[in-house]
Amino acid sequence: MHAQWNDRESLVHPSSAPDYMREEQLRTLQLQRLRAITKHAYENQTLFRERMDANGVKPEDIQCLEDVRKLPFTQKSDLRDTYPYGLFCVPMNEVVRLHASSGTTGKPIVVAYTDEDIEVWKEVMVRSFACAGLHSGDIIQNAYGYGLFTGGLGAHYGAEALGATVIPISGGNSERQIMVMRDFGTTAICATPSYFLHLIEYAEEMGIKWEDLPLRAGIFGAEPWSDEMREYIEGKTGIKALDIYGLSEIIGPGVGMACEEQHGLHIFEDHFMIEIVDPVTDEPMPDGEEGELIITTLSKKAMPVMRYRTHDITSVITEKCGCGRTIRRINRIARRSDDMFIIRGVNVFPSQVEAALLKVEETLPHYQIVLTRDGGMDQMEVQVEVTADVFTDTIRGVEAVHKQLSDAIAHILGIRVKLKLVEPNTIERSMGKAKRVIDNRNK
Amino acid sequence: MKLKQLSVFLENKPGRLRELCALLADSGINMITISLADTEQFGILRLIVSDCEAAKAVLEEKGFVAKITEVIAVEVNDEPGGLRNVLQVEEAAGISVEYMYAFTIKSGENAVLLFRFDDMDKAVDALQTAGFKVLDSVALFNRADD
Repeated sequence: MHAQWNDRESLVHPSSAPDYMREEQLRTLQLQRLRAITKHAYENQTLFRERMDANGVKPEDIQCLEDVRKLPFTQKSDLRDTYPYGLFCVPMNEVVRLHASSGTTGKPIVVAYTDEDIEVWKEVMVRSFACAGLHSGDIIQNAYGYGLFTGGLGAHYGAEALGATVIPISGGNSERQIMVMRDFGTTAICATPSYFLHLIEYAEEMGIKWEDLPLRAGIFGAEPWSDEMREYIEGKTGIKALDIYGLSEIIGPGVGMACEEQHGLHIFEDHFMIEIVDPVTDEPMPDGEEGELIITTLSKKAMPVMRYRTHDITSVITEKCGCGRTIRRINRIARRSDDMFIIRGVNVFPSQVEAALLKVEETLPHYQIVLTRDGGMDQMEVQVEVTADVFTDTIRGVEAVHKQLSDAIAHILGIRVKLKLVEPNTIERSMGKAKRVIDNRNK
Repeated sequence: MKLKQLSVFLENKPGRLRELCALLADSGINMITISLADTEQFGILRLIVSDCEAAKAVLEEKGFVAKITEVIAVEVNDEPGGLRNVLQVEEAAGISVEYMYAFTIKSGENAVLLFRFDDMDKAVDALQTAGFKVLDSVALFNRADD
């Protein structure tokens, strides 16, 4: 059909065209969309309008891309404070889907999509899959959780729109995952990297040989992972392990994606405008230098998010990518600018652990969170000092306290983490206050 | 007729037990007997000492979590069946043992069994009715000093 195309181009899905736009054309499109979305948010999002008015800025003041700096930031707390629908910018009859992510105080963050927004999401997911070299004919096993979490449905619709065959298996049930992978001829899998590591171990126990499986790519995201872990996965399985980036607040997965060159992640800049700022001074950082990633949604109608502070620290890669895409790349997210960390795909703030401990004990016990890295994966252990109030004389009694604390944390975080009871005064205090998070991940 | 015992929370790490013993020794507190229950992560040390309150104060000052609890001390003949006889009485009264340990005051003499039962008052009654010698702290320390 496209005999005149070369091999690589023949694999490019039509949706991927914006990835190859000329730079000036892309910037013109971004400005046009930035002006439209600023106007839309100003007219329909009370919080944004109030902040703009307070700063004396009008949508018409956006004359060039750099003018984005005149706009106020959006914080995660803004989404919480306006829970559930406070940032929506269209009437409910235009909202076709809601998703939610867990919040720090048990209150989730709710995000909305119009029909058009869902189309944009599908499109960026198609482009993400295309970055991974996938196309119609591929069999994609989607092991992201289906439900309120954006991962499952986001990848699902994208894979269908790509023309691939989707296996909507969701997370969990490792034995069935492996069986399906083998029997259905899965060629690509979407999962959190930690879950895939677990599947590697499981497959080995089942006596599966990776070279016998047609699997050739893994799209891994929703939690930070390292290049060492990528090498481990690729070495063990022979597949290409690719990083996908996204946030529920922005759209879900599909904000950025590593291509087969495996150097950084392409950001779908026609829909998501990125800035890198100094997390302390908010001043823009020069290309190539590290700072906090700020994202503005350029196309989302139901809930535009203007200058969202991701707290993710990264830098822009300035060189052109060998894959031919002209959209810029960011480096793999190395760390955060706040105290949040991610364990097995779940965002964790120390304040959540604190809230859980207070549910069990009347006064907050001294505690600390110890982060370590084991086989490339982040692990956390909560150490809690035993107090006379909870200490009982029997093993059963102490174990019951251990279980209560551990259950309370699992209930709030949604994942079970290690918990250790320690003797009083064993957690180091500086200025009378304990340091809550001990980060041993890079030791 | 119950006996005061000191229970201490210990993390499973080298040197902890020695530190505790050193504290008591330096304060002139004598241990009559001691028992250590442990799990993978932590241990509970149970002590019968000459002065429970003083021992508790010494340990708490150094950051240990210590609690004064009660156990029942029963004196039995140091011969086969001594423990069984006590357990038969408690079983008949529908009482369960939460934990126990034992020691002999002087070698070759009677053994003292220390019990924590789920119903302590009922346990004392049952033992005394059955004719067992239940020791209070005065009786125990007198025996130890003999």
